[in-house]
Amino acid sequence: MPDTPILLREHRYHEIKAVLARLRLDSAARVVLLIDKDGQQIAVQGDAANLDTTSLASLVAGNVAACGGIAQLIGENEFPTLSHEGQRESVHISVIGRLLLVVMFDEQSSLGLVKLRSKQISKQLSTLFDEIIRDGQEDLDSPFAGITDEDIDSLFN
Amino acid sequence: MTFINYASREINCKIVYYGPGLCGKTTNLQHIFNATAPQAKGKLISLATETDRTLFFDFMPLELGTVRGFRTRFHLYTVPGQVFYDASRKLILKGVDGVVFVADSQEERMDANIESLYNLEENLKTQGYDLLKLPYVLQLNKRDLPNIIPVEDLAIELGKKSEPVVEAVASTGAGVFDTLKAVAKQVLTELRKG
Repeated sequence: MPDTPILLREHRYHEIKAVLARLRLDSAARVVLLIDKDGQQIAVQGDAANLDTTSLASLVAGNVAACGGIAQLIGENEFPTLSHEGQRESVHISVIGRLLLVVMFDEQSSLGLVKLRSKQISKQLSTLFDEIIRDGQEDLDSPFAGITDEDIDSLFN
Repeated sequence: MTFINYASREINCKIVYYGPGLCGKTTNLQHIFNATAPQAKGKLISLATETDRTLFFDFMPLELGTVRGFRTRFHLYTVPGQVFYDASRKLILKGVDGVVFVADSQEERMDANIESLYNLEENLKTQGYDLLKLPYVLQLNKRDLPNIIPVEDLAIELGKKSEPVVEAVASTGAGVFDTLKAVAKQVLTELRKG
């Protein structure tokens, strides 16, 4: 079945941001991103002003999906973590159910530390995301229920 | 899969351009990218081979404007059309909100269109989707070429439901925004249903 839509309420967004902020601090990372497996960016924490996080989210999701395909070809369900080490910047990705936790770090940190801190926080993120999905299922009053054809047409004028 | 962010007041939707190899999927995105104001778009990412054939996908984010105080952002993707990239196509369809099938109107590409359309239906099924229930537009591309099949015949052969059928010449931009508008409208109408 297709995944249910994500409805991210403001207080949940701030809860996620707080978790990401702590991870960033604890792992001495530059930027921490939370995205979903379809490539949608959920939240970002850190110095991302010069970073195209929309493209990054899409490419990370594609990367994880492709590696998941490789995993299945060799009889694995998926690879729970992926790491890319560059000369200055590195990226560590953790697969947490429907979520992808992306940590970008430089020589101020290490892969071991980032892996450890990401793992420690994954359960908390997973629980938080379950609550977000529940919020969405309980949400009966969609703000878009009242969208008119004129509203939609106005986007294209 | 629509993502509604109340904190940043954004709606994010995913639209996938599907079709046989060399039908003009990437050309559609390139035209949208070139014709859109810089503030409304992000980067156009093309994961292509050295000969400019799509290897994994093309991607561009596009912001259409505001509805009920929410910025509407569409993530546009293409799939690789060549038959042997089927694993990649399946991955890209994950979380799709709307599909554009770009058909090549040339007579000699009819079999490729039919094969690709069948492939789309099958790959959607594996992701739990039904093409008949999904926002969907059929674009008949390359209408400027001499050896093309009449629109009525293509619509009968490739039509799946009462989907909008748009004639296009993606290389000049004709029909490209009409196609995008037709699919985006359906996606937003689905949002209204909740």
